[in-house]
Amino acid sequence: MRRALTFGLIGSIVAWHLSLVGLVAAFAERWLIGQSLTFSYVVLLALILLVGYLTARRVSDWTGLAGAALAGLVVGLALWILALIVTEVNLRDAFVAASPSLAQILTFDRGVSVPSLAILLLIGAATGLIGGGIAWIPATGRRIVIGALSVTVLVGLLRDVLGPVLPPFLMRFLFSPGGGLSLPGAVIVLGLAIAIPVMRSGLRMQRVRQKGVLPARVLRRRRLALRALGVVFFVSFPLWAKLFLSNVADFVGLYILMGLGLNLVLGFAGLLDLGYVAFFAIGAYSMAVLTSPELGAFTLGFWTALPIAVAITVFSGILIGLPVLRMRGDYLAIATLGFGEIVRLLVLSDWLKPHLGGAQGVTRIARPVLGPFVIDRPQEYYYLILIGCGLGWFLSVRLRDSRIGRAWMAIREDEDVAQAMGINRVTAKLLAFATGASMGGLSGALFASLVNSVIPQSFSLLVSINVVALLVLGGIGSLPGVLVGALALVGLPELLREFQEYRLLVYGAVLIAMMIFRPAGLWPEETRVRELEEAAEEARETARTGVVAASQDGV
Amino acid sequence: MVIAWAIGSLLLLLVLVGSYRTLAAGHYTGGQWFDFVVFGLAQGGIYALIALGYTMVYGVLRMINFAHGEVFMSGAFSAFFLANALARRGFLASNPVLSLLVLMAFAALVSMTIAVILERVAYRPLRGAPRLVPLITAVGASFFLQYTFRGLFGSGVRVYPTVPLLEGAIFGIQTKLIVVFLGALATLGILWAFLTFTRTGLAIRAVAEDMEAAALMGVDVNRAISSTFAVGGAMAGVAGVLYALVFAQVQFFMGFLPGIKAFTSAVLGGIGNLPGAALGGLVLGLVESVGPSLFLDGLGIPAAHQLKDVIAFTILVLILIFRPTGILGERLGSRV
Repeated sequence: MRRALTFGLIGSIVAWHLSLVGLVAAFAERWLIGQSLTFSYVVLLALILLVGYLTARRVSDWTGLAGAALAGLVVGLALWILALIVTEVNLRDAFVAASPSLAQILTFDRGVSVPSLAILLLIGAATGLIGGGIAWIPATGRRIVIGALSVTVLVGLLRDVLGPVLPPFLMRFLFSPGGGLSLPGAVIVLGLAIAIPVMRSGLRMQRVRQKGVLPARVLRRRRLALRALGVVFFVSFPLWAKLFLSNVADFVGLYILMGLGLNLVLGFAGLLDLGYVAFFAIGAYSMAVLTSPELGAFTLGFWTALPIAVAITVFSGILIGLPVLRMRGDYLAIATLGFGEIVRLLVLSDWLKPHLGGAQGVTRIARPVLGPFVIDRPQEYYYLILIGCGLGWFLSVRLRDSRIGRAWMAIREDEDVAQAMGINRVTAKLLAFATGASMGGLSGALFASLVNSVIPQSFSLLVSINVVALLVLGGIGSLPGVLVGALALVGLPELLREFQEYRLLVYGAVLIAMMIFRPAGLWPEETRVRELEEAAEEARETARTGVVAASQDGV
Repeated sequence: MVIAWAIGSLLLLLVLVGSYRTLAAGHYTGGQWFDFVVFGLAQGGIYALIALGYTMVYGVLRMINFAHGEVFMSGAFSAFFLANALARRGFLASNPVLSLLVLMAFAALVSMTIAVILERVAYRPLRGAPRLVPLITAVGASFFLQYTFRGLFGSGVRVYPTVPLLEGAIFGIQTKLIVVFLGALATLGILWAFLTFTRTGLAIRAVAEDMEAAALMGVDVNRAISSTFAVGGAMAGVAGVLYALVFAQVQFFMGFLPGIKAFTSAVLGGIGNLPGAALGGLVLGLVESVGPSLFLDGLGIPAAHQLKDVIAFTILVLILIFRPTGILGERLGSRV
C-alpha cells in the first residue's frame, strides 16, 4: 500500500516533469497507430506500465497487482490535476509548455471534467495493472514482450524514414494514410516481433536437444554468413537509402569514428576525456586552413591535407596528453574539459580571426577528387566515412588484443599495479591519447569536407558530452556498443526532428540511469561484465565480513 | 614534465611581458584599474560562494559535483519569478532590503532542495563506485537540469528587474557591487558559524575527516552528507541572486561557466579546504577582471576581453598540472 503510493507519487512527478518540459505536447504530432495513439500517449503509458511493474515486482501475491493498479491510478489522477491547474491558472509566463493544448492532450480533448477524470483514472489503473502483470511473466517472456512492444513503437515512429525505402504496397498495407501504423499493420509488426524470437529460441532448444551443443562448424558458418550480410548491407546502403537517410548515416558514421577514438582513451585506458571535441575541432580546422582558398595560407587538395590534418591532431593529442598524464582520473576529466573550451574560445576570438576565420568560420573547403570524379554528395561521402569507420574499427580490435591494449586495460584497472608490472605508464597513456586523437581528427577532417565549412559553434562541449553519452549507453570499452550508442543517440534524434529539442535532456537521463542500473551498457564488453560481477561480489563479501567484525567488536 | 615546465615558464614570461608593456603604454587610468579590481572582487565573492559547495562535497565524498553550476542556476532562475512578482507589486522598490533577503532565502531554498534531491537520486546509489562513475552521472545530471529548465521556462534570456536602491554609487563604486561583495562575505560568515557551532556542522566536519570513524561514533553519515549538499546548495542559491544583481539576467545555460570557474577557484585554493575556496574565488575573480587588460592588451591581442574565459581555463589547467593541491594546500579530512 505504502509502496504503491510511493511509486505512484514518483511516477506522478515524472509525468508532471515530462508534461511541463513540453515533451508531451511536442510528441503529440507523431501518430503511432492510425490517428488515435500518439507518441506522447505511448510515453505516458510506458511510464505507468513501468510504475505498475516496479510496484508489483518482488510481491508475489495479488496485493502486488492491486498495488500496481493503485499506483497507476495515482499517476492518472496526477495528470488530471495537472490539466486542471493548467486550464484554471495561467502559468505561461513562467512555464512555457503549460498551454491549453497540453490540457487538451491530457484530457483527450474532453476538457477538465468528470468524464475525463474517469477515463484517466480508468486508463491509469488498467495500465498499472498490466504493468503489474508484466512482472509476473517469467524473465525470458518478459524480455520478448518488452522487445516486441519497443520494436512496434520504433516502426511506427520511423514511418517517414521507411517510406522511401520500402516498396509502396507494403507501405500502404502497414501504415494508414496521414497517420502511423494501420491497425492490421500494427498487429502484424507486433506479431512478428514476438514470433521471431520465440521461434528462434525454440529452434535453438530443439537443435541443442538433438545434438547436445551446436557444432563449431555450424557456428562458424553462421558467423561468416552474418558478416557477409553485414558487409552487403553497409556497402549497398546509399543505393537504396535516399539523400536524407544517407545524410543521417554520415553523421552517425562521424560519431562512430569519434566514439571509437574516445573508446580507446576512456574504454581501454580508463581516462575520461571531457574535451574530446578539441581533436574533432583541430582535425576540422586543419582541413579548413590547409585547403580553403578563403584564408589563402594553403590551398592543398583533400588527399594531401587529410594525412596532414590527422598528423596535426595526433601531435596535439600528445601535446595535451603530456601535461595531464600525471593527474588523477577526475582532475584529468576537468582539465581536458578546460582544453576543449580553450580550443573553442581561441577559434572564436578576434585575435586569431585572420588565421582561423573567427565567428564566421571558414567555407569553401576542398572536396575529395578521385580521378575524374569529385566526391560531393552525402551518398558518396558515406563510403569515405565507412572506410574511416572500418579503419577505426580494425585498429581498435587489433589494439585491444595487442600488448598495448592489455597494458591500457591494466592501467585502467590499477595504475600503480600496472606500473609495478613493468608497464611504462607515460608511453602507454600517450599512445592512447594519440591514437584516440587521430580518430577524432580524421572524423573532424571528414566533417569539414562534408559540410564544406567550419564554424566554431559546431565544436561546443555538447559534442564531447554526446560522445561520452553514446559510449556509456553502448557500454564503455565495447566496440559494438559504440555502434548501438551512436545509432540510438545520434541516429534517432536526427531522424525524428521533435527529439532534437529534448536530446540533451535525454542524454542526461541516460547517463544517470545507465550508471545506476546498467553500468556495463546495452552491449557490454565481456570482461567488463565479469569485472562488475566480481566487484559486486566483493562488495557483498566485505559487507558481510564488516558486519561480522563489527558484531565481534561488540562482543 | 620538462615540457610542462617549459610551457609554464613561457606563459609566465608572456604574462610579465604583457603586464609590463600594458603599464608602460598607459592605456588605462588609475580609476579604470580600480573599477576592474572592484568588479573582480564582487565577481570573486560569487565564485567563492559557489566554490564552497564544490569543496565541501569534495571534502566529504571525494567527488566533483559537476552539476553544482546547475544548482546555482536553478536558484537564480527561480528567484527571477519571485523578483518579477515583487517588482510588479512595487514591493521591490518600497522594501528593497527585505525583498532582497526574501529573494536570497527563496533561491537558497530552491537550490538546496535540488542539491539534496540530486544527491539522493544520482549520487547516493553510486557511493563507493569507481571514481569516474559518479563523475559521469554528475555530468548527466548537469545536462538533465539544464535542459529541464530550458524545457520548463524556455531558452530565452530573462531580464531581472532592477532594484532602485542599488542603482547608484557610493564613493565612486557601484552600490550593487558593494552589496554583492558584502553579501558574499556575510554568507561566508554564516557558513563558518554554522559549521563551527552547530551539531550538524560538527557532523559534517566529522564525516569529512573520516567517514567510517564518524559512523562508528554514531554520526548519521547519510544525513551529514545530505546536509553538506543542502548547505552547499543554499550557498549556491544565494550566489545565484547576487549574480543576477550584477549581470541582471538569467538563462538556462548560465550555470556552466560560473560552475567551472568556481571549481577552478576551489582547486586554486586547495580542494577540500574551505578558506582556500573563498580565497581562490576572490583571486580568480580578480585575475579574470584585471587579466585581459593587464596581460593580453600589452601583447597586442585585439579584443582581449573575449579571452577572459581562456585565462580562467588556462589557470585551471595550470593549477591542475603544477599544484593540484592549490595555494593553501589540500586539506582533505583535516578540520575545516
